Amino acid sequence: MQNCAIELKNIRKTFGPVVANDGINLQINRGEILCLLGENGSGKTTLMNMLSGIYQPDSGSIYANGEEVFIRSPHDAYKYGIGMIHQHYHLVDVFTAAQNIILGLDEKMDIAAVNDKVKDICDRYGFQVDPRKKVYDMSVSQKQTVEIVKVLYRGAEILILDEPTAVLTPQETDKLFAVLRNMRADGKAIVLITHKLAEVLSVSDKVAILRKGKYIATVNTKETSQQELTDMMVGHSVTLNIDRPKYDKPADKLIIEGLTVTDREGIKRLDNVSFTAKTGEILGVAGIAGSGQRELLESITGLYPITSGSIKFVNDKSENIELVGKTPMQIRQVGVGMGFVPEDRLGMGLVGSMGMTNNMMLRSWRKGKGVFFNKKEPENLANKVWKDLEVVTPSTEFPVRRMSGGNIQKVLVGREIASRPPVLLTAYAVRGLDINTSYAIYNLLTEQKMNGSAVMYVGEELDVLLELCDRILVLCAGQVSGIVDARKTTKEEIGLLMTTVGGSKEAN
Amino acid sequence: MTNLFALIAAAGTYATALMFGTLGETLTEKSGNMNLGVEGIMYMGGIFGLIAANRYEALVGEAASNGFLAILIAIIGAFAAGAVAGLLFSFITVTLRANQNVTGLAMTTFGTGVAKFAGEHMRNALGGYVSVSNHLKASFSLKIMPSFLQKIPFVGKILFGQPHFFYLGILVAVLMHLFFTKTKKGLYLRAVGESPVTADAAGINITKYRYLATIIGGGISAIGGMVYTMTTAGCVWIEASLGGVGWLSVALVIFCTWKPLNAIWGSMLFGSLMIMYLWIILPFFPTELYKILPYVVTIVVLIIASMRNNKEKQPPANLGLNYFREER
Repeated sequence: MQNCAIELKNIRKTFGPVVANDGINLQINRGEILCLLGENGSGKTTLMNMLSGIYQPDSGSIYANGEEVFIRSPHDAYKYGIGMIHQHYHLVDVFTAAQNIILGLDEKMDIAAVNDKVKDICDRYGFQVDPRKKVYDMSVSQKQTVEIVKVLYRGAEILILDEPTAVLTPQETDKLFAVLRNMRADGKAIVLITHKLAEVLSVSDKVAILRKGKYIATVNTKETSQQELTDMMVGHSVTLNIDRPKYDKPADKLIIEGLTVTDREGIKRLDNVSFTAKTGEILGVAGIAGSGQRELLESITGLYPITSGSIKFVNDKSENIELVGKTPMQIRQVGVGMGFVPEDRLGMGLVGSMGMTNNMMLRSWRKGKGVFFNKKEPENLANKVWKDLEVVTPSTEFPVRRMSGGNIQKVLVGREIASRPPVLLTAYAVRGLDINTSYAIYNLLTEQKMNGSAVMYVGEELDVLLELCDRILVLCAGQVSGIVDARKTTKEEIGLLMTTVGGSKEAN
Repeated sequence: MTNLFALIAAAGTYATALMFGTLGETLTEKSGNMNLGVEGIMYMGGIFGLIAANRYEALVGEAASNGFLAILIAIIGAFAAGAVAGLLFSFITVTLRANQNVTGLAMTTFGTGVAKFAGEHMRNALGGYVSVSNHLKASFSLKIMPSFLQKIPFVGKILFGQPHFFYLGILVAVLMHLFFTKTKKGLYLRAVGESPVTADAAGINITKYRYLATIIGGGISAIGGMVYTMTTAGCVWIEASLGGVGWLSVALVIFCTWKPLNAIWGSMLFGSLMIMYLWIILPFFPTELYKILPYVVTIVVLIIASMRNNKEKQPPANLGLNYFREER
């Protein structure tokens, strides 16, 4: 049996004027984990979508087992043993795991047989799935497992996983990697799309690097280093250290006591949360997705109804101002700025069909005279963000919806940071951004902190939290499980807190 | 109490039209296509079903006309008209990717327009009104169940005193239920309506499923229009009489939470509410108010369903949204 499962030669793909992939050559081998490394927008996902039949290449050829193939649909992809686990899971919520797994298959619908076969696959590679469970009742990691089983069920020999660890806790990630290693031992070819260097080094055999749609090189993981990979990924040398100066006169800025909120179904989203955010400090917020981060920020900005507790803002004259009960606009006037970057970037904060200037205006329209608005100021701001954060757009009037994800984010974050509020709340500020821009944003946040703002940073990557923040607040199931000094803690400690309700009490 | 049973029994005829309208739209919506043109489709079904029966009788002569054949031809005529409307809707929304709501509303206007034109044309051509002979009229409203069953106290008339279309409707509902829950094709169709991305990645042909569901769904809805004209309206084309039946069917799809079996009792309930003003007369309570009851009930059900937030009672997740694979 040949070792090479899939070979890509000179692949090119364009979307209108945008070149997503150009001149890509890649070899995927059996019994090997290949990491596809590249910044967001470097064309990793596009490339893999061509293997899974979602897109077709404009030119170039794909070889499976040495023969040229044309993958015109996902169905074709399965024919050649290629299965892709997408970043956004392709599952039907109201179906059971088994129903999802047999979707699109030519075999007879025999749920009992399906259940058996699913159990077989699970035993073989070491994971657990209840085939009768409905997808909407599952956790993120369970959904991912269903996706993987679905692909294996179709007899896939080549598995492509698109950023599989983005939504997992460190512990779940370890479990996933164990499964991947089992599959490698079983002779499957695995492609892992990622931009997390630590993971690349820990799990892969080979690394292929893409930059701005172009193929750079494939290197053996054993013979490379984090620094070398970063340089290849970015194209020039970057320093990976975030400058973390200490501010001399920290003072309490935002005092939160016993904050409890419940959602419409009556489930507690935040439970007795108390902490203080200080000036000159970046307070990191860590936790598994959906542990109450969003609710916390929304409660502070007045967007979420508060059941009990208090949020006090300390102004320049050292007066405590209670924020609970104030409208979002009043809270804004007090000086709490929020740079919330939701999963759906366009869902909240930006209007897709408007250009940068008009989106800037959404924050300042009240400043106009009478019924007319003032366009000069937002225009200047738009130009500043365009230049400073290197937003790729033909003009400030170009609809933001048609920009790439990373660029949309720059517009959103840039606008919030530009208003220099005494309290700056950011959530997932660098989600989907390339390394350079991420660092530009880290620097902007640090600059804000040194200007005496209290900055809160909700983040996903623990490595970054550890390097950027002064203190880290860890949330688990809506409760504070710990507040740790970022300079002294470790990733494992935070990882443990993330999964322990109530924190150290039960951990001990 | 007897009055109530009599009311429900009498509602069967009207309910049958609603049942077909609802079942057709349920099938369409399960594919993710929200065809708001049901009103127009049922209008088309009403007139073309009648014309088909009328032409058949004119062709073979009144004496030689066969009731069963006439019904079959009326069904085919109505189904064809609805299928064409469904095809048009699919072409505009699936292939050309136009907004479904706008297209649906346009279909309503288009369908009612075509039906009224065809009705008027026939009236001029025939020099009078479009109808069928009395013995065919009788076969369209024939109660097929044996009379001893109808004599069962209270429920006999409700369950067994209905015209054949009623039982055909129940058969369609049961078949559709089995199709959705027991067959692979049904599972795929639901996947297309819930998450086309998933279905596409699984290798299911979205375009094919949406086209077929919408075409067949349109056809079934149109049969409802035909049933209305041939039973409730007495095989005569009266322009205004079909007004609102299609919209009521759309409301009923929501009321039944997209489940075909619910359409059986749901349409009986809506039918009863619609004719209640004939049976339960309250002083100072105008008949128009009775006629809005089905809509009031729908709104109440919607409120309860959304409050409960029950995942199983939600519309197909991708209802009303077009799918385009390479959209970024």
